[in-house]
Amino acid sequence: MTGKPSSVAIEAHELTRNFGSFTAVDHITFDVGVGEVFGFLGANGAGKTTAIRILTGLLAPTSGTARVAGHDVYTESERIKRRIGYMSQKFSLYEDLTVGENIRLYGGIYDLTREQVRERAASMLARLGLEQAVGTQVRALPLGWRQKLAFSVALLHAPSIVFLDEPTSGVDPITRRQFWELIYEAAARDTTVFVTTHYMDEAEYCDRISIMVSGRIEALGTPAELKERFGVGTIDELFVRLARPTAGATS
Amino acid sequence: MNAVAIEHLVKRFEATTALDDINIEVAPGELFGFIGPDGAGKTTLFRILVTLILPDAGRATVLDRDVTTAIWDLRRRVGYMPGRFSLYPDLSVEENLRFFASVFGASVEQQQDLIAPIYDQLAPFSDRRAGALSGGMKQKLALCCALVHRPEILFLDEPTTGVDAVSRREFWELLDRLKTTGLTIVVSTPYMDEADRCGRVALIQRGRILGVDAPARIAASFGKPLFTVYAAERYPLLLATREYEHAATVFPFGDTLHYTDRREGVQPDEIAVNLREYLQRRGFADAEVQQTAPTIEDTFMARMGEPERAA
Repeated sequence: MTGKPSSVAIEAHELTRNFGSFTAVDHITFDVGVGEVFGFLGANGAGKTTAIRILTGLLAPTSGTARVAGHDVYTESERIKRRIGYMSQKFSLYEDLTVGENIRLYGGIYDLTREQVRERAASMLARLGLEQAVGTQVRALPLGWRQKLAFSVALLHAPSIVFLDEPTSGVDPITRRQFWELIYEAAARDTTVFVTTHYMDEAEYCDRISIMVSGRIEALGTPAELKERFGVGTIDELFVRLARPTAGATS
Repeated sequence: MNAVAIEHLVKRFEATTALDDINIEVAPGELFGFIGPDGAGKTTLFRILVTLILPDAGRATVLDRDVTTAIWDLRRRVGYMPGRFSLYPDLSVEENLRFFASVFGASVEQQQDLIAPIYDQLAPFSDRRAGALSGGMKQKLALCCALVHRPEILFLDEPTTGVDAVSRREFWELLDRLKTTGLTIVVSTPYMDEADRCGRVALIQRGRILGVDAPARIAASFGKPLFTVYAAERYPLLLATREYEHAATVFPFGDTLHYTDRREGVQPDEIAVNLREYLQRRGFADAEVQQTAPTIEDTFMARMGEPERAA
């Protein structure tokens, strides 16, 4: 999907969060459409993590409004948490538990019935080709498989939106692409995907991206639109130009 | 003389072969990169080269000294920046630097010429606790600490992992500048796009070397015509291209797909025309197919074979 979202999964208007005198998120406004793959980019310290914590119901904003899956971030954060999935490289699955145990644990957390867990686990493992690994400890899986499994587990309760925080860090280039195919598949089933990455080529896999600089969104659009608007060849070039206007002064 | 010489090096951890018959030579003054994903063996190799662990078989020398016997001699001569942030988070920027200098009997002042270009960027934060620095700043401080005893060779294990694209770029600019002092620099990274920053690179995957050469030559060694395929409806395009009878490999690549054809001896122009006609028949009226120059990442994927099986 490109261009204007047909119906809205996330809408943020003038969203702001202060910590004392520091403004981590500074009046950001954007929408994400249902089934859209939205890339949320920014340098370290630009405010991405704070924004994600607000949108996942973990942190209240200071001002502005935001609705996630139709729910208000001020008053309905518990409902938001039930409608979203989350995975990051740092926290996803319990490594001491087996594949099957992780699935049952997350099924329990999200109040799925035993029957639901059984059905969804079977179809997930079949899709990933992991049926044989159901009794394997997660720590024994290759990193790429852990990442693919973590993504699928984050989708177990059929959330409307899934938040992915640097999901492909460090995995080999083929596995990284297989992971993006899982993202496309989920988006084709109308799951909205909100993703951060340090791989600038991955930004080009997104339907639309935003680039955050010092708490503000400085660019928002499809990768093609942005490259044309700013007259750059790649998103990497644009990122460097926006994120550190003085970059290059170091050499 | 070689700065690094590695012959038939093997390292096992229980059932896992972390390094499987590695052979590499690095000349003095080179900026040499090991490019590969997590788990490829980069960290194990670096730990052997800086005398922290011993290999199970084979031989490695650094500065013509055996890494299994000349341990104390080598430790004074190499600089090592581990992948994990390993400075003292409760000490300030300046205290960390002075501590590492004193361990080696050096002083920060003696090394001003070498570290000043880097340290100048940290100077405004000299009183800040190292643990409170941003990712990019931590990397720069760790680099200063690895340089403070004026090593003859520098080993940097994934210095840019988890750091944003701008800080990564700045870090490579610092390495370019250090290289002009004649220092040998051996660096590892999982980011394929950083390979071009190195004079030569080794591609490494699951403990094996997939190739060693200048980045441009590795890219050029791809050996088959490669095409970009574009249409606005990207995911349906990917699925349809996979179903094409002549498709060998189809991968997402930026806003296009990278495609290779199964047929031998067919001209690139003909491959492009055939594929475009097929995609138009499949309903992609806007499909574009163009031959393109392979990148290091294309070569890496072609040589790595299948990703590891889960079970």
